[in-house]
Amino acid sequence: MENISKEFPGVKALSDVRFQLNAGEVHALVGENGAGKSTLMKVLTGVYAKDAGSIFLRGEPVEIGSVRQSQQLGIVMIHQELNLMNHLTAAQNIFIGREARRAGLFLHDQELNRRARELFGRLNVDIDPTVRVGSLTVAKQQMVEIAKALSYDSDVLIMDEPTAALTDNEINDLFRVIRMLRAEGKGIIHISHRLEELKQISDRITVMRDGGYVATVNTHEVDTGEIISMMVGREIFITRTEREVPADAKVALEVRNIRRGRMVKDVSFSVRQGEILGIAGLVGAGRTETARAIFGADRKAGGEIFVNGKKVSINAPSDAVKHGIAYLSEDRKRYGLMLGLSVQTNASIATMRRFLTGGFFLSDRREGANARKMVGELSIKTPTLRQRARFLSGGNQQKLVLAKWLTRNCDILIFDEPTRGIDVGAKNEIYKLLDRLAAAGKAIVMISSELPEIIRVSNRVVVMCEGRITGEVTGDRIDQETIMRYATMREA
Amino acid sequence: MTKTNNRSATQLLIIVSVLIVMFAFFALMKPGFASYINVMTIALSTCVNGLLALGVTFVITTAGIDLSIGTTMTFSCVMSGIAFTSWGFPIGLAIAFGFLVGAACGGTSGFAVAKMKLPPFIATLAMQMMTKGLSLVVSGIKPVYFTAAPNYQKIALGGFLGIDGFYNAFVLFILGIAIAYVLYSRTLLGRYTQAIGSNEESARLSGINTTRWKMLVYMVSGLFSAFAGLIMSSRLGSAQPQLGAGYESEAIAAAVIGGTSMSGGEGSIPGTVIGAFIISVLTNGLRSMAVTTEWQTVVTGMVLAGAVYFDLLRKRGRAN
Repeated sequence: MENISKEFPGVKALSDVRFQLNAGEVHALVGENGAGKSTLMKVLTGVYAKDAGSIFLRGEPVEIGSVRQSQQLGIVMIHQELNLMNHLTAAQNIFIGREARRAGLFLHDQELNRRARELFGRLNVDIDPTVRVGSLTVAKQQMVEIAKALSYDSDVLIMDEPTAALTDNEINDLFRVIRMLRAEGKGIIHISHRLEELKQISDRITVMRDGGYVATVNTHEVDTGEIISMMVGREIFITRTEREVPADAKVALEVRNIRRGRMVKDVSFSVRQGEILGIAGLVGAGRTETARAIFGADRKAGGEIFVNGKKVSINAPSDAVKHGIAYLSEDRKRYGLMLGLSVQTNASIATMRRFLTGGFFLSDRREGANARKMVGELSIKTPTLRQRARFLSGGNQQKLVLAKWLTRNCDILIFDEPTRGIDVGAKNEIYKLLDRLAAAGKAIVMISSELPEIIRVSNRVVVMCEGRITGEVTGDRIDQETIMRYATMREA
Repeated sequence: MTKTNNRSATQLLIIVSVLIVMFAFFALMKPGFASYINVMTIALSTCVNGLLALGVTFVITTAGIDLSIGTTMTFSCVMSGIAFTSWGFPIGLAIAFGFLVGAACGGTSGFAVAKMKLPPFIATLAMQMMTKGLSLVVSGIKPVYFTAAPNYQKIALGGFLGIDGFYNAFVLFILGIAIAYVLYSRTLLGRYTQAIGSNEESARLSGINTTRWKMLVYMVSGLFSAFAGLIMSSRLGSAQPQLGAGYESEAIAAAVIGGTSMSGGEGSIPGTVIGAFIISVLTNGLRSMAVTTEWQTVVTGMVLAGAVYFDLLRKRGRAN
């Protein structure tokens, strides 16, 4: 791809970007959110038409006008949100639109199953072609997508954040398959935010920034710090927070022996006012499940919760909120915001009663005053208070969820992956905000899968593995190696 | 100006224009269509459908549906009539009892949806069948007459402040619109209705008791059905147990034409009112041009599909 440019009304999304993929190569594409990675890939797969530039495939110039056309040329993209039909079987999904038929009329599922089995065999993965896709794990669904891509005889495979939802073992398995495809001579474009992982799997890395091309480097010649500074165009350092928890700070939240199914086994911890407690662990360690059980979003099987030393009973989110506990989900769009409603309404939705006049009528004026104050304090970037939450950026959406709980005066804030899907610049802003909230005496629990983040903001860290707390580290002992050791402490 | 306001304002402007153009068309085609008497007739025929549509706007905004509004309307006025004629309730109390019945029907649907987690389509379809059957059972398939209350028909058909042709029903309809408008845009109920429709799980995780509010929303729908039932039976002087089924489709159509989104979160009370008028003008206009009732229904169906399609095109145009 050479000199690719794409303009949207008012925004230059891509300018003079080049990208080259060799056969038999894993090429990582990195950049902050908004750097133009997805736009570039959408041009390549025919979702967007380019305004300028040319695309060459095996040396020949090609015009790609539609997704179908890109598939025919052997370019397939596997999106982060997988495009499968959960109610159909693995085989039916792979061959959707190209079903084998008998007498040109009747579906021939056995033939599909046979061909799917062949593909899975080639990938060396254990999936029954006749099983419904909805009952497979995300990792296996991804394999179904890869098999589907192979069934098109694709030479170029684009994977967008393929490891985001996978466990370590599953990632290893995925990498095994990627390496195998590379050995077969396929070109693989791997988009990811996890730089450590790119070091393992990629041959070359192309960095993009602000819709432009920065550099292409050989992976073994650079270290993570260099890649990051190319991405952000500035050096960033991980510095531990210097904020200390006052010695006399009271325990704000204590949980004892919280249990819920396989994912939450006898979890106990406490957090003090002004303290940030990090909960580290690998994906699938049961951290989100623990938070949801504490918050009352899911019914817990047992355990006790104490708020400011008093035992409380929490059976629904409304109980938790009553006791000043807030939960900020990692999936803001699904569990945090009402995307179709205004910034103002989203800010006041957990506290509506406070904006009633005469006990019945909502006061737009007071609601507006509160929203304005929140937008100012948290510097939420929005043109007006009536803007729908949908149109805010990820970082501003996160701040809006926070505004909702600060309006409610919640003193115990449980953040679940507070910076997921937020670009590096906005991440820093969120960290500063967390620091500020703690300094103001809020008790904060922060679940995060990003170790630098945990290390940067936590006063204390508990580590979970397979539904249990396997370790706790404080102060200077908080480092990547120690945390990873606890995080992988599986039961014998 | 802001995005949200802009949007609903434009949408309202468009359907008001459609209404005006439609009205002008029929007025040109058929002299007498725009006469005072005919306009009042159109308005009177809008009252019942309009009240039903106001109630169902709340339900649709939660991403639900209420198929029982037509038969609940019938059941509540039949029960009101029974209370008056058979149980000897004074007329005022009998009317209040009708509202109670409407609220109970809506509340039951709400319970089935919010607590028992039945899909709204099924829960309210069941309620539709139950109220339809019960109306026939309790009335013995005979109309219940309010003749013993000489002023009952005046509730809808009396001239307001003695103005000839300006029926009391309009005043009641306007009252219904005002109540719906305030509830929808100025109270917790309305706000939570939109929040639940926009993202029910987010609403629950914000500490809102979504179960209770959803039950309340269906109850509001039931109350508006009872209100429509009052007007309906007052116009006819009797509660007709065999009417009712089919009214829900026109009411839902009115709400949808008015800009209420079936996928929830968005709706407009003024839009619903205009939507109800569009349907009445269409029906009345076609009838004045000697189009049969059957064909009127066909055209209404086409207008409904067209309206929603046009709205989709507009949204798509904006997205690009």
